[in-house]
Amino acid sequence: MKISEKDVSYVADLAHLELTGEERVRFLRDLNSILDYVDRLNELDTSQVQPMAQMTDLGGDAATLREDIHEGLRKSLPHDIALANAPDADGTFFRVPKVIER
Amino acid sequence: MDPQSLTIAATRAAVQERRTTATALAEDFYQRIEKQDALIGAYLTLSKERALAKAAEIDALAAKGRELPPLGGVPVAIKDVMVTRGVRTTAGSKILGNYVPPYDCTAVARMESAGAVVLGKLNCDEFAMGSSNENSAWRPVRNPRDLSRVPGGSSGGSAAAVAANMAVATLGSDTGGSIRQPASFCGVVGLMPTYGRVSRYGLIAFASSLDRIGPLAKTVKDAALVLRTIAGRDPMDSSSVDVPVPDYVSELGKPVRGLKLGVPKEYFGEGLDDEVRKAVETAIQKLATLGCEIVPISLPHTKYAIPTYYIVATAEASSNLARFDGVRYGYRAGDARTLSEMYRRTRGQGFGAEVKRRIMLGAYALSAGYYDAYYLKAQKVRTLLAQDFAEAFKKVDAIVTPTSPTAAFKLGEKVDDPLAMYLADIFTVTADLVGIPGISVPCGETKERLPIGLQILGKHFDEATILQVGNAFEQN
Repeated sequence: MKISEKDVSYVADLAHLELTGEERVRFLRDLNSILDYVDRLNELDTSQVQPMAQMTDLGGDAATLREDIHEGLRKSLPHDIALANAPDADGTFFRVPKVIER
Repeated sequence: MDPQSLTIAATRAAVQERRTTATALAEDFYQRIEKQDALIGAYLTLSKERALAKAAEIDALAAKGRELPPLGGVPVAIKDVMVTRGVRTTAGSKILGNYVPPYDCTAVARMESAGAVVLGKLNCDEFAMGSSNENSAWRPVRNPRDLSRVPGGSSGGSAAAVAANMAVATLGSDTGGSIRQPASFCGVVGLMPTYGRVSRYGLIAFASSLDRIGPLAKTVKDAALVLRTIAGRDPMDSSSVDVPVPDYVSELGKPVRGLKLGVPKEYFGEGLDDEVRKAVETAIQKLATLGCEIVPISLPHTKYAIPTYYIVATAEASSNLARFDGVRYGYRAGDARTLSEMYRRTRGQGFGAEVKRRIMLGAYALSAGYYDAYYLKAQKVRTLLAQDFAEAFKKVDAIVTPTSPTAAFKLGEKVDDPLAMYLADIFTVTADLVGIPGISVPCGETKERLPIGLQILGKHFDEATILQVGNAFEQN
């Protein structure tokens, strides 16, 4: 077992996921079985291998840098449209539960 | 008009020559969707207003005798991971159940600019995570060939809609095989372009170094037409590159005689279904008789692709899906007293089991103390996989393999065993990890009449060659 129940709780906290008791049991089993399978990567000596860092390493003219532009590629969304999908908004701001306890 | 015979060119010609109208076609397709889709489940949302407005625009052009754009009047549909302005986009997830995007995905906008009529949004595995479409939060998609079987995933709706004539062509997305595997299961053509060939702007991100948009269609030529429409640099996606887009359609007919096709021995080993093996070997024989030179090759790190993929993809997903927090859009859990509790409950209730499983795995692989052992290790093995292909492509022009080790499996068959489900992608994930293009072309059926797919993999930005090979195979 690579992962303990404590690890499952710790990672769920990191990922901001509230899990049910059933899910904790299930994920403990699944993650251990997947990580056992992932272990086969250790058969390979990668001490001299560079990690892949770029998917389109074309260099030169094909590189995708552009000149800086001041205005942005598009205008920001108008306030009402930006707030239109919000679960809770007051017309100016997104509204969320209290962050600081008084 | 027989819907099965409606390719993109035939559809456009019928509208251009006024044998029908784009409006009548759209309505005809909507009727078929209404009749068939209760059983299949390919569509999540219909965009009738938008479709009929576009159809009217095309009909006005045709009435004036103007030349229609390349996809003029052609009914298409879009996987629900691409955002569409004013049309609900859910990514197959409850957490985006009521999300109405304020902008259009570039690929969708380009399809519409080319005259396509967007009928609606297609079912898929939640956030494109799955190989059977059973992870959709809304309902599974069933394979039109056999309703007891899955259509593949994650672009299951995109494949099923084409197979059941509920769209002439569709857009899907591929992160580990999600265009090619469902294409193979449903008996249609599915093309994953090179990483950077098609803009990802407006594609809801799963794993940003892997995700690609591509077409599913009835013929290789249709796939080429759609690729020509959506390919090319987009200033809104800095990873889309400025490599000239060839005219894939006019290059289709180039002779395949003399092309060298590699056959990697690692793709024909244990776990490959006998009927699939036979069909793919027969297909390779046929390519040989067309004058292709068949070259045995080796891609020695193949067996490390799945474990590499499930670390890289989940790590990127755990980061990308952090944006779903119940603040700016989507679902929010109602009963939380603090912000932190709101985040945790929203995500706990809003995401389905497979998405949570992958976020957990990815967060673990990136967490302090495990980053080197898992994520960095996987990125290094990814380099080895890329070297395998670089070596092979010194000797061959393209590589041919089965798309999937089996034909479509039954609904429920693998839902309780995530690892078994992941292995359905064993022949497709490597191309995602190394950025090369791949296409799946139908190459026969099993005794139970289930479709089998031939996969053709090409060099970076050489979609033209795999399209030529696919077209030659299909036409002979």
